[in-house]
Amino acid sequence: MPRVVRRERLVPNIHLLEVEAPEVARKCRPGQFVIVMPDARGERIPLTIADWDRDRGTVTVVFMTVGTSTRKLALLGSGDTVPIFAGPLGRPSDIGSVGTVLLVGGCYGIASIHPLARAYREAGNRVVVIVDVKADYLLYWRDRLKAVADEFVVSTRDGLYGDAGYVPHQVRAVLEREKVDRVVAIGCTYLMSSVAEATRPGGVKTVVSLNPVMVDGTGMCGACRLTVDGQTRFACVDGPDFDGHLVDWNELYLRRKAYFDDEVRSLCAWEEERYP
Amino acid sequence: MSDKPPIAPSLAAEMLAEFEKEWRKELRRSIPVKDRMKIGRQPMPQRPAAERNRDFAEVNSGLGPEEAVTEARRCLDCAKPACVTGCPVRIDIPSFVKLVEKGEFAAAAAKIREANSLPAVCGRVCPQETQCEEVCHLKRATGVSVAIGNLERFASDFERCEGSSVFPACAPPSGRKAAVVGAGPSGLTVAGELARRGHRVTVFEALHEAGGVLVYGIPEFRLPKSILVAEVAYLERLGVEFRMNFIVGKTATVDELMAEGYEAVFIGTGAGLPNFMVIPGENLVGVYSANEYLTRVNLMRAYDFPRHDTPVSPGRRAAVVGGGNVAMDSVRTAKRLGAEEAMIIYRRSRAEMPARIEEVHHAEEEGVAFHFLTVPTRYIGDDRGRVRAMECLRMELGEPDASGRRRPVPVPGSEFTTEVDLVVVAIGQSPNPLIPQTTPGLKVGKWGTIDVDWETMVTSLPGVYSGGDIVRGGATVILAMGDARTAAAAMDRRLREGPAGKAGT
Repeated sequence: MPRVVRRERLVPNIHLLEVEAPEVARKCRPGQFVIVMPDARGERIPLTIADWDRDRGTVTVVFMTVGTSTRKLALLGSGDTVPIFAGPLGRPSDIGSVGTVLLVGGCYGIASIHPLARAYREAGNRVVVIVDVKADYLLYWRDRLKAVADEFVVSTRDGLYGDAGYVPHQVRAVLEREKVDRVVAIGCTYLMSSVAEATRPGGVKTVVSLNPVMVDGTGMCGACRLTVDGQTRFACVDGPDFDGHLVDWNELYLRRKAYFDDEVRSLCAWEEERYP
Repeated sequence: MSDKPPIAPSLAAEMLAEFEKEWRKELRRSIPVKDRMKIGRQPMPQRPAAERNRDFAEVNSGLGPEEAVTEARRCLDCAKPACVTGCPVRIDIPSFVKLVEKGEFAAAAAKIREANSLPAVCGRVCPQETQCEEVCHLKRATGVSVAIGNLERFASDFERCEGSSVFPACAPPSGRKAAVVGAGPSGLTVAGELARRGHRVTVFEALHEAGGVLVYGIPEFRLPKSILVAEVAYLERLGVEFRMNFIVGKTATVDELMAEGYEAVFIGTGAGLPNFMVIPGENLVGVYSANEYLTRVNLMRAYDFPRHDTPVSPGRRAAVVGGGNVAMDSVRTAKRLGAEEAMIIYRRSRAEMPARIEEVHHAEEEGVAFHFLTVPTRYIGDDRGRVRAMECLRMELGEPDASGRRRPVPVPGSEFTTEVDLVVVAIGQSPNPLIPQTTPGLKVGKWGTIDVDWETMVTSLPGVYSGGDIVRGGATVILAMGDARTAAAAMDRRLREGPAGKAGT
């Protein structure tokens, strides 16, 4: 079973997990994800690949503790194993030499945009990064992102860095200031849809990495289906990247909440078992 | 799709030799044919419907030894047995049935294993009534065939439960490596066949349990998982290596496997992509593909939520769209998970339903309602995006279509709405495109199925073979296993003789 090399709390509720997975490390490219199951009774959940080390054969994911699975993952330590760490899944992001790319990350997506920023920079683009955090103490990977960005903007809602205000303000400010050829947004559904709305008037191509519920992650079940440009797509095999201006966001919100009550029940049961 | 040719001369000779053995002659003489014909078919013992539709334990409990011997006595041991021609993998049925009659149950199981590496599975899930039992001479004479499937199940359960499995003779190691992609019925069969022939076999499986549709699709109450576990353990004892959570096409491509020294590759990735009807409301919460619904319940154990973490919508009024085995599995699962009403919505009539007769009977006994000649046209959601009703249209049967079944045509103005809070769409699957997309030069047909030469199951790429649903587009476990046997024989020739041999590549 894949062995955990490192598990680290980056900021409250956000953790990093580095796992020995040489085959995944050898093949993965920016934008892809892995399916992880924390233990034998666990659920299969998709997590975006945040980094990899092909020489050491390790893959790193960053996740927020939300439900039972992510809480279980957050308790792992180095030397522990996970039954499933399968991938790389999904289509890799289309990294082109397009000019100026604005990458927006929030929550776990701050880590997800790192390999993309690196790849866009290597492909010769000007890279502007905006990260969205609720407060300054929730910011992580600042130096790593600064190292691969031509410009690095932090948007907090407490106003400690930059302007107070949600991330669309910052996006609009950049769009007004300079010509942006592509926007990429990764984070919670709200962040991604907000960025897509902010860029819609100017029509700048906006790529979002969608995060619906998945089971197998290989196209077999259709749990992750969503509507893009009026057509049903499977995020696992047709995505996870889609054109943010064509996504039916309302449907995605509702489908992501499908198991909300069950998630609470599952968490209660797990806590009772763990902390009797 | 090729109809299988008549029985191969080598098998016919073997069967004849068995037929003429002294003990067989004696056994035939011991009971006159007219007395054999008087014995009634032994019923399959099953748990009461009202008890079993609330749990996931197996429905059928299997024949006991006495019942099995009595059932075996019904077999007339025909000189020209038609049953064998009805079996896609060509089990020497009279020989194993007569071994049961003689009381040599382990030998009977070993006889089946010569042709079928998953006998306990096939004894449970094969559509015997359209295969071996359909053409049974006793059926022609009396109207009721020998219960071949039940006997197959009996012999293989005896073997497994008594721990008497006869380890097959394996060829000495060939030093050759073969890769099998997908641990479903065809993949497991190829793995077993090649291992017995002395080759080193690695099975690559995308999911975390081996079995393919047998583990994610077919529910526990029809095929207990312990059977799969035993079959996989048997293959491991033969030296087969399993690499789980390895998605060929993603984790490594077919070309990369070949570059790693696998000289022959079998692709048995199945028809894993669920079909939807593309009607309004199909993406509402509570509308599932059968694949997702069954995978959650079977593979992920959602029936044991929250002890297991994966949930599934319970459904008070559950509608399952479709008339095949997958639809029956889904609707009976919904019933077991507590649906007050569980119904089948099928666009044709009862006679056209592709499901096994036994599954339909079981579903009816368990309280499933059948709505024939009905097709959904739209799903209606509540303010939380959850399905709350479905709009349907009545159909009537018109002229026969390409499949020979009468085509359903809508009755104008027959729309009606019914309340549902769970919908399972079980209208078939398409081939999974992961491998075709990532294997340059692999020829696929119009519907995404992999093209093969039916004599050897070789694809357009030398050394790459395929079979089962990825080739057929959606068939049965036993047809997949038949393909697998054909492929394994050709792969064996290639592994022994090399690409230059007469392996028919």
